[in-house]
Amino acid sequence: MKKFLTTVAAIGAGAAIGLGAMGASLAATPKSGGVLDFVVPSNPPSYDAHQETTFGVIHPLAPMYSLLIRVDPNDPQSSAFVCDLCVGGVPSATDGGKTYTFKIRTGVKFHDGTPLTSADVKASLDKIVSPPKGVPSSRKATFVMVDSISAPNAETLVIKLKFPSGAFIPALGAPFNWIYSKKDLDRQNGYSWHKTHVNGSGPFIFKSHVAGSHIEGTKNPNYHHKGMPYLDGFKAIIAPKMNLRVQAIRADHAAIEFRGFPPKHRDDLVKALGDKITVQESDWNCGNLVVFNTKMKPFDDKRVRRALTLAIDRWNGSKYLQKIAIVKTPAGIVFPTHPLAATKAELEQLAGMWPDIKKSRAEARRLLKEAGQENLTFDLHNRAVDQPYKHVGTWLIDQWSKIGVKVTQKAVPTAEWYSKFRKTKDYQVGLDANCQSVVNPVADVAKVLCSSTNNYSQCENPKLEDLFEKMNKESDQAKVRTMMREYERIVLDEEAYIGHALWWYKINPHRSYVKGWKIAPSHYLNQQLDNVWLDK
Amino acid sequence: MVTTTVDDGSIEVTSSGRIKKFLIDFYRGHPLGAIGAGIVVVMLLAAIFADFITVYDPEQIDFESMLVPPNWAHPLGTDNYGRDILTRVIYGARTALTVGFVSAFVGSFIGLVLGVASAYFGGRFDLIFQRVMDVFLAFPLIILALAVVAVLGTGTENVIVAITIPFIPQCARVVRSSALAIREIPYVDAARACGFSDSRIILRHMVPNVMAPFLIMLTAFVGQAILLEASLSYLGLGVQEPVPAWGLMLQGGAEEYAESAPWIAIFPGLAITLGVFAFNLFGDALRDVLDPKLRSQQ
Amino acid sequence: MYKYVVNRVLLMIPTLLGAAVLVFLVLRLAPGDVCEMRMAGTGLFADPEAIAICQDNLGLNDPKIVQFGRFIGGYFTADLGISMWTAQPISHEIEVRFKLSLQLALMATFLSVLIAIPLGTISAVKQNTWMDYAVRTFSIAGIAMPSFWLGILIILGLLISTQAWFGTPWMPPIYYVPLFEDPMGNLSQLIWPALATGYRYAAVSTRMTRSALLEVLREDYIRTAHAKGLLEKLIIRRHALKNAMLPVVTVIGIEFAFLMGGLVVTEQVFNLNGLGKLFVEAVLNHDYNMTQQLVMLVALIFIITNFLVDLLYAWLDPRIRYA
Repeated sequence: MKKFLTTVAAIGAGAAIGLGAMGASLAATPKSGGVLDFVVPSNPPSYDAHQETTFGVIHPLAPMYSLLIRVDPNDPQSSAFVCDLCVGGVPSATDGGKTYTFKIRTGVKFHDGTPLTSADVKASLDKIVSPPKGVPSSRKATFVMVDSISAPNAETLVIKLKFPSGAFIPALGAPFNWIYSKKDLDRQNGYSWHKTHVNGSGPFIFKSHVAGSHIEGTKNPNYHHKGMPYLDGFKAIIAPKMNLRVQAIRADHAAIEFRGFPPKHRDDLVKALGDKITVQESDWNCGNLVVFNTKMKPFDDKRVRRALTLAIDRWNGSKYLQKIAIVKTPAGIVFPTHPLAATKAELEQLAGMWPDIKKSRAEARRLLKEAGQENLTFDLHNRAVDQPYKHVGTWLIDQWSKIGVKVTQKAVPTAEWYSKFRKTKDYQVGLDANCQSVVNPVADVAKVLCSSTNNYSQCENPKLEDLFEKMNKESDQAKVRTMMREYERIVLDEEAYIGHALWWYKINPHRSYVKGWKIAPSHYLNQQLDNVWLDK
Repeated sequence: MVTTTVDDGSIEVTSSGRIKKFLIDFYRGHPLGAIGAGIVVVMLLAAIFADFITVYDPEQIDFESMLVPPNWAHPLGTDNYGRDILTRVIYGARTALTVGFVSAFVGSFIGLVLGVASAYFGGRFDLIFQRVMDVFLAFPLIILALAVVAVLGTGTENVIVAITIPFIPQCARVVRSSALAIREIPYVDAARACGFSDSRIILRHMVPNVMAPFLIMLTAFVGQAILLEASLSYLGLGVQEPVPAWGLMLQGGAEEYAESAPWIAIFPGLAITLGVFAFNLFGDALRDVLDPKLRSQQ
Repeated sequence: MYKYVVNRVLLMIPTLLGAAVLVFLVLRLAPGDVCEMRMAGTGLFADPEAIAICQDNLGLNDPKIVQFGRFIGGYFTADLGISMWTAQPISHEIEVRFKLSLQLALMATFLSVLIAIPLGTISAVKQNTWMDYAVRTFSIAGIAMPSFWLGILIILGLLISTQAWFGTPWMPPIYYVPLFEDPMGNLSQLIWPALATGYRYAAVSTRMTRSALLEVLREDYIRTAHAKGLLEKLIIRRHALKNAMLPVVTVIGIEFAFLMGGLVVTEQVFNLNGLGKLFVEAVLNHDYNMTQQLVMLVALIFIITNFLVDLLYAWLDPRIRYA
């Protein structure tokens, strides 16, 4: 840890050269040229991001596409959006919050030379929002508010909503909503064409894909953001083993990995390479959730659920777990740094977040006794993935042992993990995760809504549904905040359907010559790489 | 020294002496095998008396003493959860030997029965049986194990099943070829002519005669099982935390802490290597002793 | 001989069919499916409708017998189908990996022979001397070390030692380049895993060489050769080794077949884009099509290798006659 701090200081010193105006402009002037090699932890599925959901398709292929709006590449931590294919700023709604009119950039060309017009944007969004029968769209449900999409002329796109919704713009800004060419979609089997072909208007042109090995892109000379991209190309190398990815950066076979490394690997890299490594860190819009199966005895009893969440010492656990796992911040169901998140004082009111853990565990034991479950034993259904699932699971088991509950960890491969949650539903307590791209708490907390298909606790609670709907239609942030606290209290404390374990923490140590890339709160965001350059 | 002799005490003395002589002879003739056997015995003792020879709880997390390098309190250091590595290595012997012995015994025993039966009955039964065994043999061991874990899930018991299944056809094939040779020997025909039942002939005449290859397979399997468990753990599909198991200890720790806290990776790795090494040395010596063709030609 | 060959080839059919049935059923016993893997994400809106459409499109909702028919039928139309994960043709996916696996298997086999034959010979000739013990200890250590542990140690050792000696850390390349395109790059990637696995597999062949040679050394004709006063070296090289080769060839052949599909762990450690890594991915992703074809390929390699080894046996040793 000490080593890491000194290096951060060294990096700070390096940046301090930029204090003078001259230095600042020098440091900020991007250089063109070079190829960025980076490592990707998974073998991408099909190329069609409209139906896929993994970051494995984003990292190697997002640089080849444009979006209508995107997270600001120069400030990806902010939840504001900027135009990519539209011009000006992201439009505000008219017509009482129901109509959005986008002005589409002119002169943009797809990599095959076809000009991009509003008709292409419409065709792509139609494929996502209202796909024809037999065409899967993974984000269709996020667009329930959309009534119609039209392209009255080549430079104008109009989207009409059924009702005003604050969730619309964040949904539109999702990094998976790539704009395809209408010409390609109109081909025979055009809706499957993008599974195996790439034709976008992004900063890089698809060059090659060696199955299971790597994907290459080369600079798009006609890219619509002038002067960019700075890189001549990139090579995304698939490497499923974490250890190998870290060593690859150390040996300079790759400059960066965009998902995130555990703290120990960060320290090792910094120790071995000193100021040749720059570390960027951020709270991560992912969290681990302890899910109680409310249809399974004795977890149908809220006293048992509360007892189990009360036993977890999140404040103290965070201190140690952040040294060995990619988790850090204890918080409620809202992304920690967001204005809608609970303050520390508010959190300390919630079960399992009390400042006095002894008192909390005494209450837990009392509840278990009251429920007649003093000798409770159960299996923890977990995902056989080290970071952070198994670390968090192992920690939880230890926490529960402190109130006399004996737990066995059953970590299974991802497919089985889903299957038990979603199909057979025969688990007792599971460790789930909620990973979102754009930080948008009002939509993100739908994960713990009882009616959500991704809430595996099988709970039923009309009060929650009601609050959720009201939050989504309320524009006064103060009122939303009050409702959010009530929503959070029901989920985590009163009913304790879910025990929020800890929020993840994203650590990206990379070669210091990689410039321009800024860490986002999600590994899905800010991956077009158009503003990335190499200082070699 | 306890012997298996069932006679009265007077023989006890002589047979005890005989065993002593056998052990000395074994050591003289097969020093490597004797070393192997010695290591196996130490492992067995560690596994059996783990509760008495350790002071720490192998599963209890102690964040206050995370990643402590080897010292007097923790001779082999502690891991990322602050657990004493020596304790976990000792308890790990229990897991390793349970996985190793159970899967090796069950796998080779079923293989023995099937192999001898196949050789004895011959004909169509043997032909079909052979094809079934071929199917299993055509799958690489680790892939068969992977498939079983995918179906049954992870955990110690399932890992044992996953490792046992691929052992069956391997043992059956070897046993069958030895049994085939024995079947041709006249005394089996003689036994049959005497009207002995099939099961009696198989158990009394054929099984004892294929004991040599059977025992050799058995010792080899124990080592293989320990390694397979480690490989499955490496792929995340083996025994699960917080159970102390060598393969599991090597999996997360070996990679993440190989450099900054090498003791986490080194000791379970050594334990596996030493354990498998010992079973192989012992197995080699056993083969030399049991296989008449290889018996001393000094 | 002719009849034997025909017979053996015909016997491959039921074995392959059995493998097909087995893999088909086992895959479908395991809970979970590829569409959930692709679409549930860890995210919020795992759209059940999208998952259902995906399953429909991949034919996962068809009756099992129809799915099996498609699998087997593909062999008659030379169509191996598409990967359920990447939507690319399976022949395309396998081709790249096959090249790497074949090269690595050849290299590892070559290295293992290079190590095993001389060591096994020394061990047999100097039986029960310290040299014999040293060779046996060395070779058994090869089997005893978990291969991923060895791999991790190799990579880390290279990184640390190159940094200490040359100032910059070096490790083998992490993606494959064909041998003829960039021989240095290719070899600098593959030599390490070839050494790691070659050493491991040499252990088995060393022991086989030793015991086969021990057996041959006691045969009468060797004694005759000794009686004739021939040099020890010559006897070993001319007579003994040649005849001891039969079982060694068998072991090497079978090892080679395993190397083609069984390097599951080593390929992970070194990030080798081979069949073993693809196997793990396909199984974990529940990519049925891909796993089925891989199993069939590996089974076929295994069966053919076995067959060739047997033929070689018959050809090398005139005493063996098949009827």
